Amino acid sequence: MTNVSNFKRLPSRHDASVTVFVEGQAVQVQAHDSAAAAILAAGLGHSRTTPITGSGRAPYCMMGVCFECLVEIDGQANTQGCMTLVREGMQIKRQQQARLLTDSQHD
Amino acid sequence: MGLSGNHNQAEICVIGGGVVGLSVALGLIRNGHQVCVLDESDLAFRASRGNFGLVWVQGKGDSLAQYAQISRRSARLWQPLAKRLQADTGIDIQLQQKGGLFFCLTEAELQARKQMLSQMQVAVGGDYPFEVLDLQQLRELEPEAGPEVAGATWFPEDGHLNPLLFFRALTDSFLKQGGQIIHSGTVSDIRALTQGFQIQTSQNGLWQCQKVVLCAGLGNQILAPMLGLNAPVVPNRGQVLISERVKPFLTYPTGHVRQTGEGTVQIGDSKEDVGFDSGTRIEVMAKIANRARKMYPILNRVRLVRAWGALRVMTPDGYPIYQQSEVHRNAYLVTCHSGITLGALHEGPIADWISQGSTDLPLEVFNDQRFKL
Amino acid sequence: MTKSSVPDTQGDSQYDLIIIGAGPAGMAAASTAAREGLTVALMDEQCSVGGQIYRAIQHTALQYQQILGADYYAGQTLLAAFEQQLNAEQSQITYLPNSMVWSVEDDLVVSFSSGEISHRLRAKKVLLATGAMERPVAFPGWTLPGVMTCGAAQILLKQSALAPAAPLVLAGSGPLLLLIAAQLNRAGVAITAVLDTTPKGRYLKAAKYLWGALKNPILLKKGLGLLQELKKSGIRYERQVSDLKAIACEQGIQLEQVQFSVSGKVQQIDCNSLLVHQGVVPNVQLSRALGLAHQWQALQQCWSPVRDTWGQSSHADIFIAGDGGGIAGAVAAECQGQLAALKIAEQLERINPQVLVQQTRPIQRILAKQLSIRPFLDQLYQPAEAFLKPLGDTIVCRCEEISADQIRKIAAQGVAGPNQAKAFCRAGMGPCQGRMCGLTVANLIADEQNRTVEAVGYYQIRSPIKPLTLSELADLAD
Repeated sequence: MTNVSNFKRLPSRHDASVTVFVEGQAVQVQAHDSAAAAILAAGLGHSRTTPITGSGRAPYCMMGVCFECLVEIDGQANTQGCMTLVREGMQIKRQQQARLLTDSQHD
Repeated sequence: MGLSGNHNQAEICVIGGGVVGLSVALGLIRNGHQVCVLDESDLAFRASRGNFGLVWVQGKGDSLAQYAQISRRSARLWQPLAKRLQADTGIDIQLQQKGGLFFCLTEAELQARKQMLSQMQVAVGGDYPFEVLDLQQLRELEPEAGPEVAGATWFPEDGHLNPLLFFRALTDSFLKQGGQIIHSGTVSDIRALTQGFQIQTSQNGLWQCQKVVLCAGLGNQILAPMLGLNAPVVPNRGQVLISERVKPFLTYPTGHVRQTGEGTVQIGDSKEDVGFDSGTRIEVMAKIANRARKMYPILNRVRLVRAWGALRVMTPDGYPIYQQSEVHRNAYLVTCHSGITLGALHEGPIADWISQGSTDLPLEVFNDQRFKL
Repeated sequence: MTKSSVPDTQGDSQYDLIIIGAGPAGMAAASTAAREGLTVALMDEQCSVGGQIYRAIQHTALQYQQILGADYYAGQTLLAAFEQQLNAEQSQITYLPNSMVWSVEDDLVVSFSSGEISHRLRAKKVLLATGAMERPVAFPGWTLPGVMTCGAAQILLKQSALAPAAPLVLAGSGPLLLLIAAQLNRAGVAITAVLDTTPKGRYLKAAKYLWGALKNPILLKKGLGLLQELKKSGIRYERQVSDLKAIACEQGIQLEQVQFSVSGKVQQIDCNSLLVHQGVVPNVQLSRALGLAHQWQALQQCWSPVRDTWGQSSHADIFIAGDGGGIAGAVAAECQGQLAALKIAEQLERINPQVLVQQTRPIQRILAKQLSIRPFLDQLYQPAEAFLKPLGDTIVCRCEEISADQIRKIAAQGVAGPNQAKAFCRAGMGPCQGRMCGLTVANLIADEQNRTVEAVGYYQIRSPIKPLTLSELADLAD
């Protein structure tokens, strides 16, 4: 990731034993991290662009009320990153404006 | 009475500030009148805010040719009205009249609908250009139509618009041209004076006017008798589900699903008698959602961000009432459940009728005495 | 902790009590109700109990306990009591984590999604323990990446031991601002400045409530202690800060600087992180969707559902405990959870009225002490006007990108209220469903129309109160 703005890990009781991919780049995170935390740890900067003007946004409230952390998680568009725990191999991508509906994810 | 104390005056008072009231009011301003709209409040039962946004012709008036006639006439008046509103307010109400589809999930449903539209075609002497599409033909228009869909009927004059932007454009245009909107709370009493009328509001005192037009939706039921009119309307809940914004994937509106100019998908249609409760009901919402995904399976994964229950204003036969009071000739009643489709009619010929007292519209069949046994 | 699986929804699942929210109020209520023999379902959106205040209490990431302090780890006592009930041999508690409640109907059917599947459960009583959220305060630049709430930073500390990027500035008003500054400071995180936006004269205004506050000297002392802690550490601390503005880098996509005024003098500080805070307000989404009666809290400048001393709402079978019913903090929330559970147990005839009185008296004493300091704090930390009533092109509705000017224009035109305004400009129509703009929109209408916020009212909230997929809803029709 490009940025100086990444969050720093303080001494922790847990290991960074889970690998997730933020915009394709592998990031080591902890099992209790949310996808939004992974984005911040990776220093992604903006994690979505708005459907209206395309302005960049990033996680804001971390508790599920602001919907600024909407990202694409394992192909699922507009997912609340702060409400989703990381999983090994999780693919987290920026939500770029309005989503494209596809039936590829349909069960 | 009414000569002393604080009272407000207007030439014409329109009671009701929804799309019906504002459409009529705007048309009255166009006719050169001084108009005041008395609107209830922010929490009024507001069908205008839960509207589906269809400008719909096909199938309307299957048992009343005059209803089919006025619906089509209104549809034809829509483009000029939309242009005028945009010129006046800068608001594009997203009107599109490229045709509309009515999906049928079973062959029986499709055949019944075909029969109904054929009869309507005969009734108007052939000028009723609908088509029946099987699934394959339908998919040429809407590739995402699901395998459970039997087919659809197509009508080229159907369309849709953004009802909220229309509501706003009406408001802006009306105010810009000198109209007044007063949030007056409920109207509790209307009485005829020797000249004109006196209206008692709960939050804005007394109003006096020369002419009064009732466009109060469900409120007409109580107000109409005060003016020698009859409006036996009852609430009928319509529920609408609204999705997140998605990239455009639908081209045409259907009777149940349409994609708005913003990209949200509106999913609607239900008819249940509920009394005055504009909330949502999970069972009905689930049924609406289930039907929608049969029509467009791609909708399965779309996220619903809002739901809205609004109360349609239904007369016993489902058709509008347009009535000039026999008792007080300067009192009029306008009520319907298709405030969008008929919006252009209301702003146009209906407002002209109220202004001038005569019309070429077949309004006799929409009289208020037809419900009396 | 054993997780209970979601019960079969085909059957007529019937609980004595469904509790929504597993923070201090919900946990305490669940333990108490189970102890009195009630069958309880406890639902929570998060993967573990604790709510926001005791977030991640089972698996706190931070190695050193002194960072978050004793008040946070007090949550472990609550947790232990809860776990004891949950793991008892014939546990009365069904704990449902990762359960997003999207509707409660007035016939007490609770609809929720878990793992993208919808479920519906019914109860004899429902307790809303949905807690608080930080007051959304629109100011120029608050949508920029790099700006987040103090609460968000605290959640990242608790759950992930993550600290914001340097240089870091905190701005706002309220106890949480000071607490988080102190916690980050203890963790060795460099803080460039704390910008206190508490307006001039607030201490004087709050002084009339000091008598009440003195009934809880410990809490008062704690607050002063935090302030001293920050001062001692030499962190730049600016008072009576106004005109707060987050400024973007040249490309406009990231925070670069915070601008503000002190005594009329405009200053800038370069920063990569800006944490903001203007107090917390009840999360009323569910109580609003239920159509419960709400009242305007003038001191707290927010709405709260009407409840009696037991937490009973305007619906006889729906109770509210914790900050979701009015801001009073974690200890009060725990007390309110216990009180509501006991009253419900009495109503369901599991305990008799005498026992109720005996059991609740000591709880009420603790609660009274907690509540006594609130008017003082609420007056002292009431947000400055500028944060309640933003101007110009400041974004108000983050989802639909509607500015203060757009709302003001509609308001000046005479819009009837927030619901009409919503219909006219789409503020409140995005995925957050008005959580982030509701109070501000009402304030702007009030400002333009010279009315009180109370008279202007609030959005009508409808279920689903959180987005869910169409299939989650449609599956309920099968």
